[in-house]
Amino acid sequence: MEYKDYYKIMGVARDASQDDIKRAYRKLARKYHPDVSKEPQAEARFKELGEAYEVLKDPEKRVAYDQLGTNWKANQEFRPPPDWNAGFEFSERGFGGGDASQYSDFFESLFGRSFRSGYDAYGGAAGNASGGRGRGGASFHAPGEDHYAKIMIDLEDSYTGATRTITLQVPEVDVQGHVSTREHRLNVAIPRGIRPKQYIRLAGQGAPGRGQGKRGDLYLEIEFRQHSHYRVDGSDVYLDLPVAPWEAALGATVKVPTPEGIVELKIPAESATGRKLRLKGRGIPGKTPGDFYVVLRIVPPPANDEAAKAFYRGMAEQFKSFNPRARLGVQT
Amino acid sequence: MTERKPPGMSGEKPADSRTERNAIIIDEQHALTLAEFSHACAVQTGYIIELVDEGLLTPESEEEREPHLWRFASDQMRRARVALRLQNDLGINLAGVALALQLLDEIETLQQRLNTIDVMMNGE
Repeated sequence: MEYKDYYKIMGVARDASQDDIKRAYRKLARKYHPDVSKEPQAEARFKELGEAYEVLKDPEKRVAYDQLGTNWKANQEFRPPPDWNAGFEFSERGFGGGDASQYSDFFESLFGRSFRSGYDAYGGAAGNASGGRGRGGASFHAPGEDHYAKIMIDLEDSYTGATRTITLQVPEVDVQGHVSTREHRLNVAIPRGIRPKQYIRLAGQGAPGRGQGKRGDLYLEIEFRQHSHYRVDGSDVYLDLPVAPWEAALGATVKVPTPEGIVELKIPAESATGRKLRLKGRGIPGKTPGDFYVVLRIVPPPANDEAAKAFYRGMAEQFKSFNPRARLGVQT
Repeated sequence: MTERKPPGMSGEKPADSRTERNAIIIDEQHALTLAEFSHACAVQTGYIIELVDEGLLTPESEEEREPHLWRFASDQMRRARVALRLQNDLGINLAGVALALQLLDEIETLQQRLNTIDVMMNGE
């Protein structure tokens, strides 16, 4: 296991005050929060940061961590010294509120696993389900918590419906109160017409209830993989279609790929780049299906040999009075 | 991990259950009640009512005054979950969360327009 330099992660000096640590945390948390950040690796950084803060904000843990000494380097192979934490007693306050991300082995070797809530606010990678927030104490009858997971599908799956096998990590608490995870594989039929960022609900696939309480539900958040040529906006689907100058100028019927297969599309004469052609109801299917938009982009043939160059020179001659920059108020 | 499984394909490792076909899209027709929605977000209903009052969430049936007649679809679920995380993780109050969500929406709209323009200009 690797040593973690919590001070370095938070960008503070080892003698930083608790206020400095809090300020540093807030600042970095805003920067790397997965819901707001555009930084690559934001989620990993945010988790690391949460772990560092968990230790440094708590004077007891901070003192214990400092006991390890300053000779360790980040990522260095680490083994906790025997009895390193003798004489410390960790009160559990501060834990359990908010979300406890999954902490590193390093953290757990120092501070143990007992308080892990099993709540992963971000659902992790595809199929990594999360439990609800840990609610301590026994109640007589309570419905089980709802679980979450995120799954990636392709646009085409939304046109046809699809089946996905997801593996859920289900936290289990045994009689002694130890938390372990069990894998639960589940085949899910993803309904046709699903749109990005929609949730689907699987009744009774969440955590078991207490007493006579019924099982919680499983919610799956659907995300679409980036497609090589389609863009999705709500239930509408966009395709940028390259066309030759003569197709745009004279009109043409061209073959166009759609998620449902190839269709023939009539391009009106005198079309310009950016012209939008709509195929009504060919977007994501549903009660009110979306539309499929083709956006034209004129692509000139390359002028990479003498004959082509001669042709372009001929065009220049032919269209002498054409000024593409007329709107900019400049002469050719 | 996820894997594509065309219908009728055999010889694949079976999952430990049959295929769940009762998956329901949380859309306008299958929107959640206040109680279901609160349970799904693991919060008290009072908290959701607060989010609606703050204008952070908009139930489907907006004109309804009675919270028990409210219905929530997927977009509201996503907003509520982001709001909860921002509140817990960044310690911002509801007004701040509302502002953050509004700005995030605007960024997303702008990003999409930018992507469209990029494609038009560069072909990729």
